[in-house]
Amino acid sequence: MNIRKLKDAFAGRLMLAAALFSSLIVLLMAIILYLRSRPILEVKTLNDLLLGSIWMPFQGKFGFYPFIMGTLYVTLLAMVIAVPLSILSSIYLAEYAHENVRTKVLPVIDLLAGIPPVVYGVWGVLAVVPAISYIAPVIGNLGIPFLTVKGYSTGYSLLAGGIVLAIMVFPIIISISEQVLRAVPFDIKEASLSLGATRWQTIKHAVIRIAYPGIAAAIILGFSRAIGETMAVLMVVGNVPNIPSSVFDSAYPLTALIANNYGEMMSIPLYDSALLLAALILMLVILFFTVAARLILIRIERSMAYG
Amino acid sequence: MDKLIEERIFKILMVVSLGIVVGSLFMVIAVIIWNGAPSLSISMITQTPKGGYYLGKEGGILNAIMGSLYLAFGSVILAFIISLPAALSLQKDYIGKTRLAYYIRLSLDVLWGTPSIVYGAFGFIVMLYFGMRASLLGGIIVLTILQLPIMIRSMEEVIKLVPYELKEASYTLGATRFETTFGVVMRQALPGIFTAVILAFGRGIGDAASVLFTAGYTDSLPRSLLDPVASLPLAVFFQLGTPFPEVQRRAYASALILLLIVLTLSIVSRYLSRKFTKNIIR
Repeated sequence: MNIRKLKDAFAGRLMLAAALFSSLIVLLMAIILYLRSRPILEVKTLNDLLLGSIWMPFQGKFGFYPFIMGTLYVTLLAMVIAVPLSILSSIYLAEYAHENVRTKVLPVIDLLAGIPPVVYGVWGVLAVVPAISYIAPVIGNLGIPFLTVKGYSTGYSLLAGGIVLAIMVFPIIISISEQVLRAVPFDIKEASLSLGATRWQTIKHAVIRIAYPGIAAAIILGFSRAIGETMAVLMVVGNVPNIPSSVFDSAYPLTALIANNYGEMMSIPLYDSALLLAALILMLVILFFTVAARLILIRIERSMAYG
Repeated sequence: MDKLIEERIFKILMVVSLGIVVGSLFMVIAVIIWNGAPSLSISMITQTPKGGYYLGKEGGILNAIMGSLYLAFGSVILAFIISLPAALSLQKDYIGKTRLAYYIRLSLDVLWGTPSIVYGAFGFIVMLYFGMRASLLGGIIVLTILQLPIMIRSMEEVIKLVPYELKEASYTLGATRFETTFGVVMRQALPGIFTAVILAFGRGIGDAASVLFTAGYTDSLPRSLLDPVASLPLAVFFQLGTPFPEVQRRAYASALILLLIVLTLSIVSRYLSRKFTKNIIR
């Protein structure tokens, strides 16, 4: 009898230890990245680093501004493409689609989530980049702001990165917002429908109003996935450290900066430190977004469970 | 009549959106098959690179295929050993309802969202600290960390679905938490646990940024845990980066091999989890 209880207590401790260990990794990661990025923070002010636009590590100039803007622009562009398409798709799946369609389409979208980034990158190089280099001269000469082409475009551009990233975040946004939309209580829809509202009016005025925090959380999670994506973006975005002024310009996101330079530049201590600072910045941004999104989702879960 | 027109317009927009989303998946798969299949050959998957392979000469990417399998299997096993107890301890019978569990979940979610390039950089620092070089072991460890949040959080989701009545029945019969967990809960959650493992495996085998600094790259098969090891995603990346069309075509073929492995895994796991579900009480 006692042996069974002992076993139970022992297993309980061991399981807790495993959970604690896994959750402490994130803390350890942040601390180590901070310690290793301190050397550069001691010589330069954060302002210089974040807003400086000259990147010449060998001359001691570490301006992250072009890379931060590269990351920001490519991520925003991806969201501009992905958000409307994903939200409309998830509304259709949750509200209109026949059960048969829904159960067939959702696994396909899951499949999309499982494809490795590198494969998306190859797809980008094979399909998106040539297509952009083909249409860029046509659209670029119309003089529309943000759509101009200086000289000619190779196709390796902000737009290519945005399109590839958009496809990579589809499954995240769709699967979460579809779940949130389907969790909206049927009573509310019923009430709206019985007042004579059409299905679309019900969705617009009742369903979305209740589901919007969850949809916001889905978008935030998609955004944080896009901001941290490395390989696929690196392969199609051109990697030229300038501040892009058009979607046909090349960009150089932070993740690509780390991937292209880290590991080889160990001989220059400050260079190493600067790249790890970039990693730390990325991690903190993601931390902020993830916590925000999870807090929203947890609140929804609670209100659904108790309210 | 106005509201009906609006509804119709939006319905069309929705169908078009869904068409674009689903169509993009098929487009990705079609483009990779179209470009990869012509260069796919038996020697590609049975030989390691010979001299001058990266100039377009003979050889294959067996080193990368085997390397990726070593990395993925090694890390999945390690991650499973840590994840299963961790996920089980998040049941409400243990710490599930406490403040601590809340923070554990949150930190795992942050870990899940952390870019894999950050894992790579972190792994590299830790390896340097211990005096290790880029190696199979280093790659396995970093991939394990990468897979932990995926496995724990998805296992927890399915463990949560086990009806509490079943556990109560087990407790009533005098079973301890340990016996209930491994005798009842585990059995009920098995298909879901299996799916979580496959999900993590797929993520591990496809990730390039985290193994870039930690596993290295080599043309030979690893003989020990401390040897550097090649991986499929990096094989795709490096071959695509060469200026030779012949080698670039092999990158497409390598991407196709990677895609086939991932798609097969995903389909097999769906089939198996449906098969396992037969004995589950819901």
